[in-house]
Amino acid sequence: MDSRDTRHSPPRPSLPSGYGAAALLSAGIGSFALAVIANASDHIAGFRRLMTLYRPTGPLSGVTTAALVVWLIVWCLLHLRWRNRDVRMPMVSAAAIVLLIVGFLLMFPPIADLF
Amino acid sequence: MDISSHALWSLIHGMGFGGLYLLACSGAIVELWRRFAPSSPTAVTSRDERFVRIYFAVMAALAWLAVLTGAYIVYPWYRAIPPAGAMSLGAFPQRLLLSNPSTAAWHSLGMEWKEHVAWLAPISTTMACAVLMRYGRGLKDHPSLRNAVLCFVVVAMVAAGIAGFFGAEIDDHAPVEGGKIVRMAHGG
Repeated sequence: MDSRDTRHSPPRPSLPSGYGAAALLSAGIGSFALAVIANASDHIAGFRRLMTLYRPTGPLSGVTTAALVVWLIVWCLLHLRWRNRDVRMPMVSAAAIVLLIVGFLLMFPPIADLF
Repeated sequence: MDISSHALWSLIHGMGFGGLYLLACSGAIVELWRRFAPSSPTAVTSRDERFVRIYFAVMAALAWLAVLTGAYIVYPWYRAIPPAGAMSLGAFPQRLLLSNPSTAAWHSLGMEWKEHVAWLAPISTTMACAVLMRYGRGLKDHPSLRNAVLCFVVVAMVAAGIAGFFGAEIDDHAPVEGGKIVRMAHGG
């Protein structure tokens, strides 16, 4: 067995939490954005036409592309701002999880149809 | 033993990429839960760290392949519109489901939910992968971040499970068929 593979490396200084916080919060925002854009596309005919980027796939193509763009832009911006800093991780984690759960629930058609 | 190319792509999308992703989720949750717990008595070795990074990178790739093949290869066949006067809806799964009140909900609830919720999987898994690439074993020093990543992976697994369940049921009620016939084996 390769001893290099199983050795325990000496402790390293803890990395700032900002990198992870940016990735986490942007994923929450991206998930929430996906739900909001999907609902808007379902309920607003003009927006639905706008979201049809690839006709065979229909509005789903624009909805998912727009949400991915929001997610990646937010990630880049937060990354640039937080990458070398420590942030209040419990607060960021809670916000990201709430956004994820709300986004998840908003995608459930009976809930989406309430709006 | 023949299969249509549309059915084969449906299989690759669902049973291949989607099924493998779902299987991988349980392993990812166990790894994050046990190995990266701040109270874990065993240290994460460099070998473990490398393994988990590769594992999450493969998971993220599977999640992206599942949603992209679903949205851009299989879904267009599912939502194809029959020509006027079509005598059979067999090749138009969405219209076939909607034509019968007893199957319409597989589209109006199942597909409408699945087509969006499935995208939580690649977003969440890519985030988890990025965090593990950056922090590696250092994730143990950030319990709040590790807990949130774990939560995202659990939600991603639930989302993929919903997509998988409805995908299988929809395919059972109105399979995506058509395209070239692929001969997989000759009979005896």
